[in-house]
Order: sequence, then C-alpha cells, then structure tokens
Amino acid sequence: MDIHKFLSTPAETAQRRGPHDRIVMSSRVRLARNLKEGAFPGWAKKPERVRVLELVRPAVESLPEMKDAFSEAMDNLGALDKQILVERHLISREHAAKSSGSGLVLNRDETFCVMINEEDHLRMQALRPGLQLRQAWTAIDRLDSELEQRLPYAFSNELGYLTACPTNLGTGIRVSAMLHLPGLVLAEQINPIIQSVNKLGLAVRGLYGEGTEALGNVFQVSNQMTLGENEITIVERLDKVLSQIIEHEENARQTLMEKKPKVVYNHIGRAYGILANAHSISSKETMNLLSLMRLGVDIGLFPGMERALVDELFILTQPAHLQRQLSDKLSPEERDLIRADMMRERLKNTGRPIAKHYGGPGTGLDKSTN
Amino acid sequence: MLCSVCKEKPATVHLTQIVGEKMQKLDLCEECAKTKGVNDPTSFSLADADVLFGLGASQEIDQSTGTETKCPRCGFTQVDFKKSGRLGCPECYKTFADGLSSLLKTMHKGTRHAGKVPEALRESREQSDRLKLLQKKLAKAIDDENFEQAASLRDEIKQIGPRGPGLNVT
Repeated sequence: MDIHKFLSTPAETAQRRGPHDRIVMSSRVRLARNLKEGAFPGWAKKPERVRVLELVRPAVESLPEMKDAFSEAMDNLGALDKQILVERHLISREHAAKSSGSGLVLNRDETFCVMINEEDHLRMQALRPGLQLRQAWTAIDRLDSELEQRLPYAFSNELGYLTACPTNLGTGIRVSAMLHLPGLVLAEQINPIIQSVNKLGLAVRGLYGEGTEALGNVFQVSNQMTLGENEITIVERLDKVLSQIIEHEENARQTLMEKKPKVVYNHIGRAYGILANAHSISSKETMNLLSLMRLGVDIGLFPGMERALVDELFILTQPAHLQRQLSDKLSPEERDLIRADMMRERLKNTGRPIAKHYGGPGTGLDKSTN
Repeated sequence: MLCSVCKEKPATVHLTQIVGEKMQKLDLCEECAKTKGVNDPTSFSLADADVLFGLGASQEIDQSTGTETKCPRCGFTQVDFKKSGRLGCPECYKTFADGLSSLLKTMHKGTRHAGKVPEALRESREQSDRLKLLQKKLAKAIDDENFEQAASLRDEIKQIGPRGPGLNVT
C-alpha cells in the first residue's frame, strides 16, 4: 500500500485539536515489549529478525484497534517515505534506519503506531493531540493487554518487562509530550525550567527526540526511570509537571506582553517579514520563524489567521515533506528556494501582524484591560 | 577473585558503574573497602578510583574477570554490553545479574518492578510474593521461638504449593 494514500494530509493533521494545544502539541505513551524466546533485535541475526516480524506482525494486525491499518515491512518503504514518517513523529529516527526484518503497523486514524524490531521486538505507541497523557496510557494499556494474549512476552517477576536496554526495564514505558515554549525561550527562562525538570528525573529533548536540538522552540518532556514505580505514578507525575510548565509559559507570555511588548512585536514582525518575503530559506530558520508566528496567532496579532495554517506549514516545510511535493530530487540549496516560494504563496493572504498600543485594549494577554 | 588494591584478600565488595560510556568494575576486600571509605556505593564514583587507589588504569569490566562471562543462550558478552549499552536477550538479565544490579540502582527509582503484570502471570507472581512473605514470617517466628505460630505458617506455606523459590524450610 502507498503510505501517502494512507496518511492524512498535513492540513488534516494540523486540524487535530486537544486540551491545552496552544502549548502542548501532542501527547504520547509508548511501551517496550519483547518476546520470551530469541535475542533482542540488535543482537539477533537477520533470519531471526525476519521470523519475529512474521510472528508479531499478524498478531498486531489482528487487534481490533488495527482494523484497516497500514502494515508494512520496513524494506518496502523508500528512504523518503521513512523520513516523512519521522517528520510526522510516527516512527523514531532509529526505526527509519531499519530495513529487512523490521516493520510498522499504523492504525487508520494515526492514534496507534507499532514499530516491530526497533530496539525491542515491540515498541507500541498511543498518540493524542494536546495534553492527553492519561487517555494515551489507557489506550496503549488496553492494546498491550490484548496483545499479551497473542504473544508470549519476556517478563520477570522481579524486573518486569525485559528490554534490550536496561534504561527501559520494568514498565517499558515512555510518557512524553511535545511542548511549544516560545515565551519561556524569549524570556530567557527556559534553561532554569529545563534544569528543574531534569531534577525531577524527567528528560527534556528536541523536536525529534533523543540527541536533537529544540528547533522551533519545540521541546519533548518525558520520563527516564521505568523500574520501581507503576505506570500511573509515572503518568501522573509527568502530567503534574506539564501543568506547571504550561503555567510558566502562559506567565512568561503575559509578562513579556506587559513589560516588553516591543520585543515581542519585533520578533514576530520580523518573522512574518522574512517568511512572507524571502526567496531562499532553510528548514531550520523556517521552523524557528514559524514558531514566532504561532506565538503571534496565540496572542492575537494575526486576526483571521488560524493556528492550523502555521502547524500545517510547520509540517510541509520539513525536508522530506518538501521533497515529496516535487518530482525531481533537489539539493538542499534548491529546496531552500522552493521552500521560500511556498511560504510566500501560502502567506500572501495573511496581513502583517497588528501591533497595538500597549496598555490599551486588546494587547492580547492583558486581561485587566479587556 | 582478589582485592584490586591489596591483591591479597578475596574481594567481597564489588562496584560497577557506568563512567562516561564505559562500564567499570572495582573489586575490593572488606578491609580495603573500609579504609578507602567505600561503604555507600551511590556516593562513590569509580571515575575517581584511579586517583584514590593509584590503580594504573581503571579496570574495565571485561578485563577484571579472568574468564569472560557469556550468556549461555545468546552468546552475548560483557564486552558487547560495554560497546552497545544494550543486552543480547531476556536471559542476559540473569547472566549479568551481578553487574546489572548496581547499575539499575543508579538508573531507576527502585530495583523491583512495581507496574503492570501480564494477566497470565499475575496469579503466580502474587503467589510467589505471598510465599516470600510467609517464609519471612516463619523465620521470625522460629527466631522468636514462637513454635505454635511457626507450625501454622509452615502449614500455610505447604498449602500454597509444593515448590516455591527458596522453599527449603524443614
């Protein structure tokens, strides 16, 4: 099956709404599981990995949640297709590098995605827009309970679910959320926030997870410890921390608008100016500027413009998505030209940001005067 | 195995730590451990061991054991673990249990699983937990010379099952 016929369009993806989606772009809970027999994927020889895939894939496909799912062996997906899945946050970069003996099962509405033979035999994830960690956990817990009746898991009374890497041992759970935090970055409060989140045993990472930078002011927050406490405790701790980060971000935005509105207008105005007028622009710069436009939409500087447009452009502008729209294989420099063309075209009906007199009505966040 | 410092007495204190990207191990006898102040492994860094003990080079785990441990099921070795940070198969958790336990302590909240259990295993897990608890109580009852209670505990243990982990109480 063609993955592009299956996947929702970037416009549809950007339309998905969830609680607190001004700041929390998406929630995810993933579980790592392995079969009792055989070696972990990183140590297993190819024939064994193929055997595991042949055993696990039909079991996953047969789950009620996976009705009409997209199911494919990784060697049947092209490099561009895999990169698109990474840019949609459906598979890890590590999984994109796999070929024969690895597979992918993605359900119809893209809320469940199971990677087979990534680092573990099974990496199953539930994905939700906005802040919905509990819902994601409940969903993946149910899927896992169905699957455990079809596949014999490696489980120890003492150590729980056995995983290839000891860092995932026990519950095998990774609870994470993707946050858009331009206020904290502009207010230069992001580093102390990251440090205090780290102190609670949580990791803060960039846009594409482990070892990546925070492009577009997007940060991933997730648990690190998986052994010695139960899933609910982990989910609730993260939920609590996220609520606090949301509050800090809202406060940072409000304070910026009260104390330094010109700084905010300047950043957003320049971002608009470049995106709407550039003739060559890299994906990194685009994402950083789109982040500022997203902030502008949030605080009411772009009346009539939907946040979904920014989110759609955020997806479309990434290298594989951009390449996909073109027939010829382009160099990065050529892509920068095409990207700029697309931005100018898509933003031609968006007027420049309205900077109001601060202190007056409608400074966006100044609730006392509204 | 001899103590890495005095090289005389048998080593009874074993420290394993990930330093940078390497897993390192230090084996000490009781006395050397005491004199060097290694009584709380969590506050002790093997990265400082070279300086502290004047060891030529910190012993990496593959070198510290004369014969290398190998997983009987998948052939994975400690060197492989050091290289990749990942294990070979579920059985490796038993094979490398000694080295792993201190590693898990530094990595996680606890060392015993406290989360979900597959439904099919739930009963047997509860039973083995219950057996362990009863055995503890039994040992205490015997210590306290409370033989009446000990007898009833023993009966209870017998009822649960003929075999349980460590059920060698007569």
